[in-house]
Amino acid sequence: MIKIWSMKKNEDAAAKRKPKTSAAQIRVQKDLTELDLPPTMKTHFPDPADLLNFTLTITPDEGMYKGGAFTFSFVINTNYPHEPPKVKCTQTHLLHALDRKIYHPNVDLEGNVCLNILREDWKPVLNLNSVMVGLQYLFLEPNADDPLNKEAAEELRKNRDQFVYNVRQSMRGGNIKGVQYNKVTVQ
Amino acid sequence: MATAEVLTNGNSTLCDWHDRYYHVDQILDRPGPRTDPSFMAGDGVKEFLRNQCKILVIGAGGLGCEILANLALSGFKDIHVIDMDTIDISNLNRQFLFRPKDVGQPKAIVAAEYIMKRVPGVKVSPYYGKIQDKDDAYYMQFNLVICGLDSVEARRWINATLVNLVDPENPESLKPLIDGGTEGFKGQARVILPTVSSCYECSLDMLNKPTAFPICTIANTPRLPEHCIEWASVLEWPRVQGDKKMDTDDPEHINWLYTVASARAKEFKIEGVTWSLTQGVVKNIIPAIASTNAIIAASCCNEAFKIATSSAAYLNNYFMLIGTDGVYSYTFEHEKRDDCPVCGGESLDISVPRTWTVERLIEMLVEKQDIQIKKPSLSTASSQIYFQAPPQLEEATRPNLEKQVFDLVPDGGEITVTASTLPFSLFLRITYS
Repeated sequence: MIKIWSMKKNEDAAAKRKPKTSAAQIRVQKDLTELDLPPTMKTHFPDPADLLNFTLTITPDEGMYKGGAFTFSFVINTNYPHEPPKVKCTQTHLLHALDRKIYHPNVDLEGNVCLNILREDWKPVLNLNSVMVGLQYLFLEPNADDPLNKEAAEELRKNRDQFVYNVRQSMRGGNIKGVQYNKVTVQ
Repeated sequence: MATAEVLTNGNSTLCDWHDRYYHVDQILDRPGPRTDPSFMAGDGVKEFLRNQCKILVIGAGGLGCEILANLALSGFKDIHVIDMDTIDISNLNRQFLFRPKDVGQPKAIVAAEYIMKRVPGVKVSPYYGKIQDKDDAYYMQFNLVICGLDSVEARRWINATLVNLVDPENPESLKPLIDGGTEGFKGQARVILPTVSSCYECSLDMLNKPTAFPICTIANTPRLPEHCIEWASVLEWPRVQGDKKMDTDDPEHINWLYTVASARAKEFKIEGVTWSLTQGVVKNIIPAIASTNAIIAASCCNEAFKIATSSAAYLNNYFMLIGTDGVYSYTFEHEKRDDCPVCGGESLDISVPRTWTVERLIEMLVEKQDIQIKKPSLSTASSQIYFQAPPQLEEATRPNLEKQVFDLVPDGGEITVTASTLPFSLFLRITYS
């Protein structure tokens, strides 16, 4: 066998054993403890010992979604950050709740979210902070070009005032074109 | 000239015919001008290679079959192989150790039997299961590990395991890892000396990202058969099946996806959705090319041979092959990353009084001139000690500040420290004074 050990002698520091924490776990710890969230975003851990499953609630303080509270579930697997976190819109702190309907061109009625860095543009250099900031941006600038809720996108493109009205209606738990939305307004 | 040696391994005495290793021995019998000074030409090196060296092959698929055959034929005699899969009919075009009668059988077991039958005197010990089933003691028994895997996750696991295995007190604990991989006409072979050279995790950002289509394209404007299949698996499956987990190895599930994707394709007048494309897209199958596997496996096995025998300089440390546009190959030294979460970072042995609280320990870290930490967050492998953020976790871990470190971390236990001012993670090994 080659004598690898002799190469090691010079590198004392590297020779020390590391704890058995997984790379994903360390990275999540780093991401979470360095989160720099504005007052409009808040994380919630159903089980504080489990860093890989949590929710984020966004309460926009400007724009047409002002006054609403929107919750997203984050599920991180052991392949993070090679794979992005799985993020869905959900209107409770339960990760698999059924009622998750919000009126937004980039969020469908199943809670799927169209945000490029959650899928095709994800890179390991991005982190949880970038994803959260990206989500908040969707509420400030809904984007009619990447529709997941086609009717909402259509409305936004055709008649912005009507769209804004629909947003307000939906946030109060109203019915728009036969779809009952969840009440998300906060006092 | 080589003469038949008396070997003790299995039935090899009976099988080692005269001049069996004539050609390999041309390399092993005498040193050359550039061989390593530690090279023991002649019986010493042959004895090691053929009677002592224990090598582990991870994966008995496209690369694994080639690797096993190459190792056995170049004189390795104690080979172990792990694979968690069973043989599928679609494997038979390139996984040449398998026959139609073997379909459904575990790859590791069939491959081991085939090699032992075909190459007398070689012992191949199979394990049908996951690499994660095995503990440190198992991996400790090998001199070398060679991987032919198709999963990033499994590579990250074995890489981290071998890096963690390195014990500064024990030279035997350092196991060279040779990793091969192919994707169509492209491939790579690399040598990883855990803790000494760049590890798999160091190069994670070089990986191609898996093909993903924008979710809005899938939802609204499908143009490709793949878009229809992704629609079925990403959007329709969770909508219709709820929390039922999709199993891509279950033909029933693939059938369902295929039916749903076909209907979608019909609606948008898209052609090309087939059962095998559906399976390929959801399992992220990249067409495997037997000859690319042969090149990469051969390259890996040459490195294993050179490392085991010191008969020639080994690969330093990354060989890539791109055959998609003519043939291009490039070998370079991938550098270690200081902030690699597996092999990088700093590690410190510190001794603290048994009476110290967590708060006192954090103060000490902040005051320490040589590490310059602000606002460190601390955890052990199993629990959080103190997190600076987010607020809920800060609150949940705040009571720990007043506890004694001794109550949370055993003597000799380890703490992972992260901080925004720290570009890498820091590991503390705590002893009590």
